[in-house]
Amino acid sequence: MTAETAPAPQQDRPAAGDQGAGSGGTLKGRLQQFLAFGSLVVICVFFAIADPIFLSYGNITSILFATVVIGTLALGATFVIITGGIDLSVGTGMALCAVVSGVLITNMGLPIVVGVLGTLVFGALIGFVNGLNIAVLGLPPFIATLAMMLVAGGLALVISGSAPIYFDSTAYTDISTGSIIPGADFPNAVLIMAAVAVVAGVALSRTVLGRYTYAIGSNEEATALSGVNVRKWKIVIYTLAGLFIGLAGVLISARLGSAQPATGMGYELQAIAAVVIGGTSLSGGKGSIVGTVIGALIISVLNNGLQVLAVPQEWQNVILGTVIVVAVYADRARKRAAA
Amino acid sequence: MDATSQDTSDAPRGGAGERTLLSVEGVTKSFPGVRALDGMRLDLRHGEALALVGENGAGKSTLMKLLTGIHTPDTGSFFLDGEPLHVTGPRHAREQGIGIIHQEFNLMPDLTVAQNIFIGREPRKAGFMLDHRALNSRAQELIDRLALPLDPRRTVASLTVAQQQMVEIAKALSHDPRVLIMDEPTAALNDAEVRTLHQLIRRFLRPETGVVYISHRMEELTSLCDRVTVIRDGRYVETLRTDQVSTQEVIARMVGRELDAKAGPQNVRQDRETLLSVSGLSTKALLDDVTFELREGEILGFAGLMGAGRTEVARALVGADPVTSGTVTLRGRRLRITNPAHAARHGIGYLSEDRKQLGLLVEDGVDTNMALSSLKERFTSFGFVRDRAIRSRAEELVAALRIRTPSVGQTVKNLSGGNQQKVVIAKWLVKECDVLIFDEPTRGIDVGAKEEIYRLLNELAQQGKSLIVISSELPEVLRMAHRVLVMAEGRVTGELAAHEATQEQVMHYATLRPGAPTAPAAAHDSTRPRIPEAGK
Ligand SMILES: Nc1ncnc2c1ncn2[C@@H]1O[C@H](COP(=O)(O)OP(=O)(O)OP(=O)(O)O)[C@@H](O)[C@H]1O
Ligand SMILES: [Mg+2]
Repeated sequence: MTAETAPAPQQDRPAAGDQGAGSGGTLKGRLQQFLAFGSLVVICVFFAIADPIFLSYGNITSILFATVVIGTLALGATFVIITGGIDLSVGTGMALCAVVSGVLITNMGLPIVVGVLGTLVFGALIGFVNGLNIAVLGLPPFIATLAMMLVAGGLALVISGSAPIYFDSTAYTDISTGSIIPGADFPNAVLIMAAVAVVAGVALSRTVLGRYTYAIGSNEEATALSGVNVRKWKIVIYTLAGLFIGLAGVLISARLGSAQPATGMGYELQAIAAVVIGGTSLSGGKGSIVGTVIGALIISVLNNGLQVLAVPQEWQNVILGTVIVVAVYADRARKRAAA
Repeated sequence: MDATSQDTSDAPRGGAGERTLLSVEGVTKSFPGVRALDGMRLDLRHGEALALVGENGAGKSTLMKLLTGIHTPDTGSFFLDGEPLHVTGPRHAREQGIGIIHQEFNLMPDLTVAQNIFIGREPRKAGFMLDHRALNSRAQELIDRLALPLDPRRTVASLTVAQQQMVEIAKALSHDPRVLIMDEPTAALNDAEVRTLHQLIRRFLRPETGVVYISHRMEELTSLCDRVTVIRDGRYVETLRTDQVSTQEVIARMVGRELDAKAGPQNVRQDRETLLSVSGLSTKALLDDVTFELREGEILGFAGLMGAGRTEVARALVGADPVTSGTVTLRGRRLRITNPAHAARHGIGYLSEDRKQLGLLVEDGVDTNMALSSLKERFTSFGFVRDRAIRSRAEELVAALRIRTPSVGQTVKNLSGGNQQKVVIAKWLVKECDVLIFDEPTRGIDVGAKEEIYRLLNELAQQGKSLIVISSELPEVLRMAHRVLVMAEGRVTGELAAHEATQEQVMHYATLRPGAPTAPAAAHDSTRPRIPEAGK
């Protein structure tokens, strides 16, 4: 027997079931969001039964308002985590951005529009530096962003002289607390976050940026060998996450009416928790914006509901930690069952 | 099941009789949208190596995964020595004496050879401390017993694909299996390595053991196996004696029809213009002054032994590895390529030899994988991805390459190995590069589909594209290429016109010690006399 005489095939072989069950990927994705959404509903029902005040208009808007900062940070973190990376600098980075906003607007007296844009650019710059350290210097994302967490936290104190910077203009605080819906008393910050979430969702699911985000997380080397400029896209993605940091800095300082340089630490873990509860895998390649929004809502609903029930602050964290374990375990168990 | 123990004259090697060691009866297994096995059966006799052949996606690997408890069959039963066999998982299968070497490697790249072999049962001191000394010495014993050229202390990542294959074999044999299943163990090996492997298998075969051997390389079946079982579309077709049928007949049963003539390069196009010229390419690790030219519409073959540096040339060329010196000129323009994205932008694509690690997003869909290399140029408008366009192009390619998948959205890891390979090839067909480097393009691909791929490469060349084909299967290189460059130890040692070259000539150059005075200089001069070699 020799290989030399191996003949060629003809066209008549029956194709192996060309029309099988539809694309499982999107269906599965929808199911996952449905499950996360389901647990959100269950938690809400529980609190509503425990105390009907929970469902009041005032309480619901305050839950949404409380979601804004973590939610915005978590949106950016979703992109980073889907690439298989992590961003620990979002918390103190946000505090630094708030301080920068205070410096530009209060100390330097620049117009609000300029100050806000400047802050967004500054946030993007933080992310850009993270991206350079990761993609060009080759530092592991954990290390690069841990360093940035320290640097940003320190700079926020240095620049502000460790004192809060107050905003006098209500035009600035209106960015978060005002309401462009007449008479509804519905905070703008929630609308801003919702709009940004939609944009992020579209970017992740429909654009080249989004596809490459998933591809890098699935198999970075194979993606690079397919001719995708992985370094460039990683820098883009971290810069994007930085843009969200800047936005969160504006939203939180507008809400408080001041830039608080010492806050920020701890937000990064809440943001990561929101992303993970939303079903995004820390090992990369999988995740969604809808999931992240639901994850952020679950966290703030828990915080709020436990407050309504007058559960002591200390216990709230215990419960939140437990929820993370349950949520992520349920997600894994379901995936294993599906496989 | 009953052991007909009267010994027949045509007893297989090892002198065992025709008693059944392992038998499979009426096994059916379905996955969503696919019936992978349908009433499959198989009988493995004592002391024999039984070949199992079938097209890509026929169900070979699935059967082996049922036998080792990775999947459970929908219906059907297994018998070992006539006793019903129920396996609950890979570990249980091992305990029952069934060992497997999977089509895809399952090694931890950062662990050493010894650690990989004994993973999960490391020798210990004082109950919980790892005993490194014992680990390494036991690994060394095993390696010596099997006569493998391995160092137990090396990390697996530093080994060649062939050596990694040997680690897999050592790992499987360390459990002393009675039935050893080998799923395409030679897909990445060259002829010499295949011979070493076959010797190893013959030594393993005793009257109480047996081997099920899956391969798409027909020529090795006769030398190793006495009988061959053919599977088609998940169904048992026939079991044949290799000394009584020709390769043709086996293949005809595999595909269910006769196949016609072979494809080969249509003509040698020496007159075409030079497209790419590489000169003095060197890397820190291996390459030394590699120089060659690639003409328009030419298929340039790279031959050589494992570790000769063929893959390294490809990787250096597309900027996947750093180079220390050398120039690359495309259409007279000097290029400075620092990463594969650059290369792709200049129209140079590289299909890697390691599909799982470097070629595919295994958790993603067939369509996503096919679109990855050309997402931006072909499938977007204003930055938005046109999913419909991706899907329809993917459907075209699935049909053209006859990829067996229930839909283009199917997760790639659910495809059979050969079909995964076709997805990688499709990815580069979408891209339409001017220069395509194919590294082991037919790895794991069945005979029929190989012809299809040869034909495809030919078509590409006829459209004026230039191809570099790297393959450890020498007949494949000689058949496909217009011109063959032979490498040894990081240098180009010879150049041959493929249609005139013999395997002996290639092997002569492949085993030349570079630096020795007889070695010809770098191969940019295609008119250099071709030295006739011993044996021809
Ligand atoms: N986990 C799975 N989920 C869905 N389909 C699967 C799965 N595993 C295998 N299949 C399908 O079952 C069929 C048989 O696959 P199998 O891997 O057994 O083929 P094979 O004969 O080993 O082919 P190859 O020669 O390409 O390795 C294929 O159509 C494949 O797509
Ligand atoms: Mg297989």
